[in-house]
Amino acid sequence: MSFLAAHGGAILFYLFAGLALAGAVGVVTWKSPMNGALSLLVTFLAVAALFLLRHAGFVGIVQIFVYGGGIMVLFLFVIMLVNLNRLEASERVWRQTPWALLLSLLFAGVVGVVARANWAGVSTSGSAERLRTFGGEVVGNPQALAGDLFRNYLLPFEIASLFLLVAMIGAVVLGRRE
Amino acid sequence: MSLANVWNVGTEHYLALSLLLFGIGLFGVINRRNLITILMSIELMLNAVNLNLVAFSYQRGDLLGQVFTVFTITVAAGEAAVGLGILLAMFRLRQTTRVDSAQELEG
Repeated sequence: MSFLAAHGGAILFYLFAGLALAGAVGVVTWKSPMNGALSLLVTFLAVAALFLLRHAGFVGIVQIFVYGGGIMVLFLFVIMLVNLNRLEASERVWRQTPWALLLSLLFAGVVGVVARANWAGVSTSGSAERLRTFGGEVVGNPQALAGDLFRNYLLPFEIASLFLLVAMIGAVVLGRRE
Repeated sequence: MSLANVWNVGTEHYLALSLLLFGIGLFGVINRRNLITILMSIELMLNAVNLNLVAFSYQRGDLLGQVFTVFTITVAAGEAAVGLGILLAMFRLRQTTRVDSAQELEG
């Protein structure tokens, strides 16, 4: 019991990290896009849980809403619309696969080695307190995030709304029948 | 890595997980020929980046990382909408979503 109490956070991290990796491997290996989309959902939810473990409550919930809700529904809708099951199944292994494996392993290896060499041994303990403090008093994480967002990053926020408008118009124009 | 580091989950654990997720997503983008799977792999890579931002936000006690993650999620939503719109247009044109069917510019 004391083991669980002492290492509960680490156990949860490894559980959700494993789920996220399993879902990611599923996305790139399932032949059927429908199975891939459901694997992707597992990864989205596991990553949301990992956000919560890092005291990012608001971002975790937004991850579930936007990724697990919006983007996932969009993917499933399109997969059903184009009815990929009757399309030719693209074989998993083809002449580009060894190169893809080599390139991604090379990328991960180089980034990993460089990051490991430059890792200054920064303290692993974070400060959750400041993530939910705004104006000197302790409020919730969403409240602190909103205070930061609307006071210091209001212009990027407005630009993001403009971006969404452009993306919406673009999607409508692309989806229109000629 | 000592045993204490295994049970004391820190930023480097998140960085390692994020690197693996990004690598898997990169592999998917290069390897798969189905445009839907390629888009899903791009979402994987964006998720890996968000994981990094949130981990560093926690380590530094700075909300900027989480603010940036909100913007990344916004961009990812727009990217998915436009990408799937392109996919539908391509499917109407060619009756397939395989990216190697588009070779007009190959010469």
